[in-house]
Order: sequence, then C-alpha cells, then structure tokens
Amino acid sequence: MQFNFTKYSIFYYIISGLLIVATVVSLSMFGLKFGIEFVGGSNMQVDFQKRPSNEVIQTALKSFNLGDITVQPTGANGAILQFKGVDEATHQKVLAELTKVSPTAEKSFHYIGPSIGQELRNKTELAIILALLGITLYIAFAFRKVSRPVSSWKYGVTSLIALFHDVLIPIGIFSILGRFYNVEITVPIVAALLTILGFSVHDTIVIFDRIRENILRRGMGQFEDTVNWSLTQTLGRSISTVLTVEFVLVSLYFLGGETLKYFALTLIIGITSGAYSSIFIASPLLVSWYKWSAEREFKKTGKRQ
Amino acid sequence: MQQKYYIFIGVLILAVLAGIFSYPSYFNKGVDFVNHKLSWTIPHFPEKQFVLGLDLQGGVSLVYQADLSTVADKSGAMSGLRDVIERRVNMFGVSEPVVQIQGTDRLTVELPGVTDVQQAIQMIGQTPYLEFDEQRTQAETDQILAKIKEVQDAQTAKQDITKIKDWQTALENPYFKPTELTGKYLTKAVVIFDPTTYKPQIQLQFNAEGDKIFADVTGRNIKKPLAIYLDGASIIDTNGDGKIDGQDLYAPTVENKITGGKAVITGDMSTTTANSIASRLNSGALPVKIGAPISQETVGPTLGSVSLQKSLMAGLYGLLAVVIFMVVFYRFPGLLASIALVIYVALTLAIFKLIPVTLTLAGIGGFILSIGMAVDANILIFARMKEEIKSGKGLAQSIEEGFKRAWPSIRDSNFNSLIVCAILFFVATSFIKGFAFTLALGIIVSLFSAIFITRIFLMVFVGKWAEKAKWLL
Repeated sequence: MQFNFTKYSIFYYIISGLLIVATVVSLSMFGLKFGIEFVGGSNMQVDFQKRPSNEVIQTALKSFNLGDITVQPTGANGAILQFKGVDEATHQKVLAELTKVSPTAEKSFHYIGPSIGQELRNKTELAIILALLGITLYIAFAFRKVSRPVSSWKYGVTSLIALFHDVLIPIGIFSILGRFYNVEITVPIVAALLTILGFSVHDTIVIFDRIRENILRRGMGQFEDTVNWSLTQTLGRSISTVLTVEFVLVSLYFLGGETLKYFALTLIIGITSGAYSSIFIASPLLVSWYKWSAEREFKKTGKRQ
Repeated sequence: MQQKYYIFIGVLILAVLAGIFSYPSYFNKGVDFVNHKLSWTIPHFPEKQFVLGLDLQGGVSLVYQADLSTVADKSGAMSGLRDVIERRVNMFGVSEPVVQIQGTDRLTVELPGVTDVQQAIQMIGQTPYLEFDEQRTQAETDQILAKIKEVQDAQTAKQDITKIKDWQTALENPYFKPTELTGKYLTKAVVIFDPTTYKPQIQLQFNAEGDKIFADVTGRNIKKPLAIYLDGASIIDTNGDGKIDGQDLYAPTVENKITGGKAVITGDMSTTTANSIASRLNSGALPVKIGAPISQETVGPTLGSVSLQKSLMAGLYGLLAVVIFMVVFYRFPGLLASIALVIYVALTLAIFKLIPVTLTLAGIGGFILSIGMAVDANILIFARMKEEIKSGKGLAQSIEEGFKRAWPSIRDSNFNSLIVCAILFFVATSFIKGFAFTLALGIIVSLFSAIFITRIFLMVFVGKWAEKAKWLL
C-alpha cells in the first residue's frame, strides 16, 4: 500500500502559507509580550484567603507607584501580580498592603533588574542564531553524499523552510495568547522553541534518510514516486514518535504546574507542526522543486531527464 | 552464544542497582525486616538525596553586581567579597548556601529555606566590618559573664529574658571590647617573610588617621592581646576545625607602641594561614560596594514542593501512557522497549544523584520530555524490523537488520538534538542550562537503553517460539 502524499501539495502549501501570513500579521499587530526576565520588573505570586477583584488590588497598591500593575488570577484564590522592579523593602510593604485587603500568603517573588533583562535578551538571541547555524551545518554535512537527482543542498534548504514553519507557528500562537490572555514569552518558552528547532529537523531527517536510501535501492527514476513510497514507509514511525512525545507533554500540560504549562504547550504546538511539516511541506517541496528544475532543464535542452 | 546471557545479567544487575540507588527507602526497609527476622546484618544501601534547586525546595536567590571601578585587583577583590559573604550567610544558619562569582563582577547568593529575605539582604549588603578589639578589665568580664549566666538561667526556666535589667549586656563579648580602630583605616595587608627566620608575617599599613589611632591603641595595650574580628567573628579559623565560630580567637600580642603606620603581626603560622589572614584583612579594608541585589527570586517552600510533586506526577502518567502505547502498538518488542524505558528512567535518576545534578523545574521538564523521546529510537528500529520480517527474512536476521538500518537516522537526529543542547548549555542562562543538561544526558542514556539494552533483550527473549507467534512481533 502506498499513499500519494504529494498529490495535494498545493493545498498543504496554501494552508501553511495562510498560517504563516496569519503569524506575521499577528506579530506585526500584537507583537510579543515578553516576561519580566527579558524586560525587568517584579513578579509576585500570592494566595489570598479570599481573592479580591483585580480593581481592588490595583487600587490598594496605587500609592506605591508601581507602574502598570497586571493581576492574573490563578487557581481558587491565587493571583500573579506584575509591576515595575522594586527593592525588598517596597516588596514587603506591598505584601503588607495586600494582607490588609485579604490575608495573603506569598508563594514566590521574582525581581529582575533592567541590566539582567537586557543581558538575557542578548544571550537568547545569540543562542537562537547559533542553534540555527549549527543545525544548517549539520544538515549540509548529513546530506553531503546525496547529489542526484536532487542535490544535497536542496534537502538542507527544504528542511530549513520546514524548520522556520515549525518555529513561527507557535510564536504566532503566543502572540495571540499574549494579546488576549496575557501569556508572556518567558525563558521556559524560549527553551521550548529552541527544542523544537532540534526536534523538527529530527523528523525531517528520518524521512529524508529514507528517501536517500530508496533512491540508492530503486534508482533515480520516478522521484515523486520514491518520495511517496518513503513517506508511506515512515508514516507509522512518524505517528508513533509524535504520539509518545505528545503523551508526556499533554500530561505535563495538565498536571505539571504553572511554570511548565506553557513550556509544554509550546512543545505540543511545535512538535505537531513539525510532524505535519516534515510530511506535508518538506517532502512535497522537494518534489515540487525537482519538477520545477526538470521542467526548466526540459525547456533549455528539449530533453527530459 | 552464551555471551549474550552474561551481558543480559549484567544489564539486569546494573538496572537493579540504579533503581535501588535512585529510590533506596523500600530496599532499606526490606533489609531492616530481614535483619530483624533472621538477625543478619546486611548493610543498608547508601542513601543519597537528590540535589534540588531553589525553585523546588524553596528559598531565595540573589544576584549582586559589585562596583569594581576603583579596584585594581578585580578577581582578588571578588574572591575576597565571596569569602566574606560566604561567612556571613553561614552565620545566618542556612543549610548549604551557595555563593558563586559569575562573570567578572557578579555574585550569586543562593539561600535554600530562607524566608526572611529582608534580613538576609541586609546582612549580605553590609560592607565587611573589620575591627581590632582590646581586652576588657577583669571586672567588666566578670560582670558580662554573670549577666550571661542570668539570661541562660532565665531561658532554661522559660522566663521572658527581656525583663532582666540590661539583658543586652549578655550579647556582648565578655573578653574583648571594640577600639576606635576599624578596617576603615587600614590601607593594605601583605604577607612578608622575616629575613632571618623565613617565617611568614603579616604587615599592616594604616592611613595617616589610622596611624594615630593605632599608636594610641597599641600604646595602652602593651603586652596585651589585640583581637582581630571580621564581621563580629574571628578573622581566621584558629583551632583548625574548618569553621569559624565562637571557639576561634585570633589575638596577637602587642609588643610595643607602634607608630609610623606600619605594624607586623608575627607568630607561628603557616604561609597559608598568613595569606588567608591577609586576604581577609584586605577584604575588610576594601569595601567593594555591592548595593541592592539586581535580581531576586524567592520561592516559598510550599510552592517548591507542590511544583516538584506535580511535575513528578506528570512524568509518571506520561511514562505510563508511553508504556501502554508501546505495548499495544508494538506488542512483544514494545514490552521489551518499555522495560528498557523503565531501566532508562532508573539509570538517569541514578546519574542525577551520582554527579550530582541540581534538579530544577526546567531540568525535570527536560527529563520528562526525554522520556517521550527515548522510545523514538526503538520505534525506528521496530518499524524496520517489521519490514524485514514482512520481506520474508528470518527473525534473528530481521532484528539485526532492523538495528543496522535504523542506525543512521537515529544517529543523525539525536546528534542534531545534542548540538542544540550544547549551544543552549554554553550560551544561555541557568534555567535553560538545567534543561539542556538533563535533556542531553537523557538523549545519551536513552541511546544506550534503546539500542544496547533493547537489543540484548530481543536477543535473549526472541527464540524459536517466536517463529510460531509472529503476530506478537
């Protein structure tokens, strides 16, 4: 049995194209909401005896001049408060003031000075650039021996396109979540995005490896057929691998507590997108590219390969 | 081919040891039971705790930036600062505080279990305070000792000690009292060697004002000891028990009235001792300003333990789901892979304890993710194996081929993840570092378990019977 994955390539391209356009639009309209780790500020997680409304909390803290105070309710009586950076003395006063409103137990307090935030941004940017560079180099190295009928750098380029696709989509979703649900880009989410970089290529490499092997076995003719056959062969593996990872991630999302929740969500989106793009974007792109060059070759020389 | 059985038994022993090492309490209870019933004396398996990060056990983490703009020897000043702050947090009574220099001018202070952050910050933030104390008169000493006894008696009787007249006196040092001379006046302390005896000595240099005070203080204390304290405790460990406490006293005797701004501390001391005194004196003399912390993270103890419990439950359910999936979809090999996965978990946890890896929420996240990824290699191998069986090859050969053909993909994809981990580890911040490290460790151990252990299991368990029950494979 063999599925014809590349038959409806155009639809997959359109779907992914729309998703990416939506991401770009959302990014330019809403931007990203970065956590205090990146911009500096204070973050306070508290449990009230009886949670007052957000307005009551904000009014109570008005005299401290804390800038924009965002209050995000958590659990039954908890809340996460964010405001500008304060020293320990002010922090204690804020806590005392909250206790006046309703007896408050503080679960955590986090203060990040502006210089640290800047530094973290720089480090994260460096990490992303290096990771992209490392992956590109590795793909080029891994596929150095394949040259016909599609040259090795084309494998590299298509895996990179799939890679950008997989990272952009969760970023787009977080831009929307940030706008409407105050979800911030925090360090764990960046870690998850970088893991997607590795994992997305993981999938693509396995499929491309199979294509490479099948070309050696079956010869170079019928490239499209070989790609479809390879995809059919690796489909079981793709589904199984994604499912096992999703199992632990879903479990982490629902049971793992606040910090790891959005970390898990990022990975769930990215890994699903990675599995999809390896099959429906990267491999069909390879075929489309092959056809396009073959067509050009035909026009130039009047000979089909 | 008996060799495979030896390897198999070796793997089992390794797995059992790793399991007991990661979670020794049941084993040790069993040992207690057997020892009790049969009056044997089987020793306990050594119990070692996991090292938990601040986000899991609660506590405060502070980052300071030192102002080194006026300091020439920057790394010396930083290590002096670290030593002093380390001693201060030790006095604070924290279990296992961590004080580390980060980069050139940063100092991170981690205080597990501390809840009074304000006091901790105040205590750390003082500039090191160096003082030279003179002996009290016998009458003063007696008076303070009597007061201490009175307060102690009141404490034993559970009375309110603040009701005692002048109870604060009991907090004072009964033998020495501060002089006007403090670290403020010290410009430098260096180790020199006596030209005739070659014994190390410490030379003190005071500024002009300090010179006058020093002459005064030494003038009235000739042939008497002058105790040197840093932050209220002896400047060095004099009784050699490895810690500085009330038992230690460093008090060189004043030989003469000293004028001219230079003094030499002599006596029988090793070069190491002399060096450490000099560096402590210098750190008292060099007030490296650190100001308020530039970053602070306080995690309450309940939040930490709740996070730990939640993430462990998540990991457990995730593991369970993966095992069920593997057994349902890959039947017998899936069962073997699941056993290998459980061994993988035990091995990784044992390595976490052994190194030891400081477990943070991020690290546990990486570890849980690696559980989901660990079976990927097995899935690739089994898929290949099935293809080979379908193509009509014998079982043993199919297994062999399955491993061989899946290897390039396994290698490429995992190597790729390792590259990303390495970059994250070297570039990023501590949260991501913890994540990258456990994920990388997980990938390496999972390659071992998915390839080596599963292969041995398959070789041992898939025999002639399986030819008749191919549906199981």
